[in-house]
Amino acid sequence: MTHEFNTLRYSVNDQGIAILLMDIPGSNANVMGDAFRDELSAAIDLISTDQNIIGAVLSSAKNDFMAGGDLNAMVELFADVSDPAVALDIANSIKPTLRKLETCGKPFVAAINGPAMGGGLELALACHARIAADSANIIMGLPEVTLGLMPGAGGSQRLPRMIGIQKALEIMLQGRPFNASKALELGIIDGVVASDSLVEAACQKILDGVDAQKPWDEKGFRLPGGSGFFDPDLGNLYNYLTTTICRDTQRNTPAPLALLTAVARGTAVPFDAGLHIESCYFAKLILDPTARNMVRTLFVSKGELDKLRRRPDNVPKARFSRIGILGSGLMGGGIAQSAAKAGIDVVLLDISDEQAAKGKAVIAKAYDKLISKGRMTRDKADTLLAKITASGDYRLLADCELVVEAVFEDVALKQKVFNQARQHMPADAILASNTSSLPISELAEGLTAANRFLGLHFFSPVERMPLVEVIRGSHTSDQTLAEALDFVALLRKTPIIVNDSRGFFTSRVIAAYLQEAFAMVAEGISPTLIDNIAKQAGFAMGPLALIDDIGLENGYKASLAERAALGEHWVEPAGFKVQQTFNDAGRLGRRAAKGFYDYVDGVRQPSTAVAALYPPAEGELDYTQIKHRLLYVQALEAARCFEEGVICDAAEGDVGGILGIGFPSYTGGVFSLIDTLGPNRFVAELDQLADTVGERFRPSQWLRDRAENGSKFYA
Amino acid sequence: MTQAYIFDHVRTPRGRGRPDGGLHSVPPIDLAAQTLKALQSRNSLDTSAVDDVVLGIVTPVGEQGCNLARPALLMADYDQSVSGIQLDRACSSGLDAVNLGAAQIMAGQAGMVIGGGVESMSRVPMGSQGGAWPRDPAVISKTYFAPQGIGADLIATRSGFSRSDVDHYALESQRRASHAWQQGYFDKSVITVVDDLGLPLLSRDEHLRAGISLEDLGALKPAFAAMGEQGGYNAIAQQKYPDVFAINHVHTAGNSSGIVDGASAVLLGSEASGKAAGLTPRARIRAFASVGSEPTIMLTGPAAASRKALKNAGMSLADIDLFELNEAFASMVLEYMRELDIPHDKINVNGGAIAMGHPLGATGAMLVGIALDELERRNLQTALVSLCVGIGMSVATIIERV
Repeated sequence: MTHEFNTLRYSVNDQGIAILLMDIPGSNANVMGDAFRDELSAAIDLISTDQNIIGAVLSSAKNDFMAGGDLNAMVELFADVSDPAVALDIANSIKPTLRKLETCGKPFVAAINGPAMGGGLELALACHARIAADSANIIMGLPEVTLGLMPGAGGSQRLPRMIGIQKALEIMLQGRPFNASKALELGIIDGVVASDSLVEAACQKILDGVDAQKPWDEKGFRLPGGSGFFDPDLGNLYNYLTTTICRDTQRNTPAPLALLTAVARGTAVPFDAGLHIESCYFAKLILDPTARNMVRTLFVSKGELDKLRRRPDNVPKARFSRIGILGSGLMGGGIAQSAAKAGIDVVLLDISDEQAAKGKAVIAKAYDKLISKGRMTRDKADTLLAKITASGDYRLLADCELVVEAVFEDVALKQKVFNQARQHMPADAILASNTSSLPISELAEGLTAANRFLGLHFFSPVERMPLVEVIRGSHTSDQTLAEALDFVALLRKTPIIVNDSRGFFTSRVIAAYLQEAFAMVAEGISPTLIDNIAKQAGFAMGPLALIDDIGLENGYKASLAERAALGEHWVEPAGFKVQQTFNDAGRLGRRAAKGFYDYVDGVRQPSTAVAALYPPAEGELDYTQIKHRLLYVQALEAARCFEEGVICDAAEGDVGGILGIGFPSYTGGVFSLIDTLGPNRFVAELDQLADTVGERFRPSQWLRDRAENGSKFYA
Repeated sequence: MTQAYIFDHVRTPRGRGRPDGGLHSVPPIDLAAQTLKALQSRNSLDTSAVDDVVLGIVTPVGEQGCNLARPALLMADYDQSVSGIQLDRACSSGLDAVNLGAAQIMAGQAGMVIGGGVESMSRVPMGSQGGAWPRDPAVISKTYFAPQGIGADLIATRSGFSRSDVDHYALESQRRASHAWQQGYFDKSVITVVDDLGLPLLSRDEHLRAGISLEDLGALKPAFAAMGEQGGYNAIAQQKYPDVFAINHVHTAGNSSGIVDGASAVLLGSEASGKAAGLTPRARIRAFASVGSEPTIMLTGPAAASRKALKNAGMSLADIDLFELNEAFASMVLEYMRELDIPHDKINVNGGAIAMGHPLGATGAMLVGIALDELERRNLQTALVSLCVGIGMSVATIIERV
């Protein structure tokens, strides 16, 4: 007997066991959707009412069991939900079907043939038994919290009732996937069998007898390890987890706490009441913009940028087997490491063989460190190092398809090495500058083949930072841009395309932030307060501690260089005088043992000298305003970049801000932040800051017009 | 309004709150019953004249649960017509018991009430009752939960009280308490607790460390550093107080209140009920007040509660002769003195909980008794009694001799 479904292959074998193979059309992976849910529901009805059927095996016809939810659909679905009843409906969309499966009276065995993530694992948890194939392909997990969400298909209630609250919380709060043997050890699955006999084994399990009633549907059920608020150990666990979550998230991402609360409260009551509590907290996450913003930027947008969504068409894909790097310092060395890792041969050039060798030695040392930590093998390190040729001889650039310049931020020096490189590199090879702020079009002046020149702004430390700002100068050709994007993709980094401007996009945005922090110091707001509020706003560390760690001098020199370059057009940055004062006083940061803080034996502590330099502001400080200044000054600079055409795509700006300069990810990025506030409120907040803090916050007519029209960066 | 008078009060000595403590073998109901019994016998009280017995108990579970006040008064052979009620506001509960008794009298709804408290911390450990505040994630998060000790260290950090400052305060508490015991200032109110056979078990405070030196105190390890760092509470405190660079963990077992067992009872009544029982009023309850304060720092409420009680009384700080503020931690007393500009020689003049211990539910009523005895000894008129309270609260009561 067979039935026709679109998303399921349904059959009944001669043992009276229904075999359901999930096979959702239009996708490589099984992704849970309304059609599947409805058909699963119909299949459950068939199985439960057919007296000839003794049970069912649920597996998949694809390589995965089920991947979980559809992130693109989620971004759409969650957009602008403001009615709690609507949010609850979304939260409840799959639950009743899984509950029906669980209580239909006939045993369902999940035969997990491939990855079962998120909703996929929750579906398996609703079954009465689970066995997995003995395959390296199998991973399972409930990673929702890493997306700003929580399990919403009963997982937060079933898992603790199966394996105990503590273990379940560990799995769900960390969101890390695990393999089949770990799942077996945890008691999440009941067995592991050979891949080729998975469904047969599941059928045998039914024949051997599977209880079609869940323990929590039996009278007198108690959770393994207990539940409720009387148990002191659980109470301590809840307290510890809540406290550390509040510490680690700075209360900016609501998901972990929602999950923890749903588990703590939901496991103190009967199962169905627990499911409702799960739905309430899931619905709260839908009503909050954080999850939608995070998923959109970190997964959907980043995924599209990784696939080079904005790469010019009609340019054949470029291949890179050998590149040159000018300058073997921190940045050059980092780029060399990234390229070698991608299988590219690297010519690492510096002013002399010795200098270049020093640069390569730094790389070798970094590998040694990884080896000592067990994160790299000697063989691997040797292979990578063999790909890097350190030299002072520019003739080695002869076969390079691309040359990246990474010397000091000095126009004359850069132009000198460009010309040297151009003499030796192939005429049609791409020349890129890793400058973080010097306008690409100015650097291109007097350069031959300017159409093959652009900016590739890597971030430090290059081997760890995932972003590259690809800067298109006025002469840069489409082909050059497209091929440079191919190069970035080859390095497995995420590119954003930025049009030329002093500071491009990310450097402009972070400079505005740092200058604002400096300006606050001048107002007598303590570095401690500024840094603590920055951390509360979601930055990994405070701006002033950061400047102390990297040193104030370079930023100050950049300001001076900008002043020299712009002459009368230069607008003094808000914190320039503080930079100047600190520079002149030798308060250059940690290495000088004094900066915005003092350093005693390397330990950071508040500085009375700084407090004397800028007497504490009088009256009560508005902490919220300080937080807004730190966030909005960056959003405003990003908007200016958009207005000037420096950045053309909100998704690129959002991804760039988060991956490049550590803009807080819970916001979804600089443009998502503006959209979430709403253009009207953003302009109103800016006007208020302009009135009370400084004219630098005054929104442009362009922004006002957008507010007037209700224009959002995301349609 | 009817006046509420204090006729008498008693308290047990405070036993170390550990299995080797002198009161550990006495169930909390017996501690409470023995104070009630003492009040009855000292005053030849016809207990049928008592309307209600109010007992503060901060951990009202297990053998301290199920409204201990009622069975305690029955165990003390009070007339069955006397009702009993247990209450819990956390640390001020004993004072709240006095205030609730006084309020019933002032409102004309009762003639004679006993307010007191009991806590056997050695038998029913602090925190045994659980509760939403420290255990429910939604509540922990919303209230920026941090344990009391973190609040105490935070107060010290923000107000610049050094380890030396708090240790000096603790040393003085020990010195004053020892002196008071030596001079017999406590003798008339501290009863001897008896065992199951009725033989004497304990008649002196056990927690006191007479002769302790500053060096001894200085050698103690900070009690809340590890929980603050590893438990994440310092970060929570800094979220509430982002002007704090790092929390200075100055509090130790030596400059924080001791964990002890004990009970107390204060006999309150209207003028008429006293006359009928042949009792002489010793003082009256002038006013009382309670406040909520910032819950993370938690322990800074007493100044506001004191001001509110003064306002209710139509008095000013200058009208108060002596202050009793429970020594939960040294810093919160120093902060109170700093904020209200109270000289050290007017506050906790016979030491406090750092030296003698803080039997949670019993302490408030003990402080009322200690203040009254000292007013009488010095022939002064007014005292203000206050305690800081968990989750950010405080209660204050003003008494005046008559």
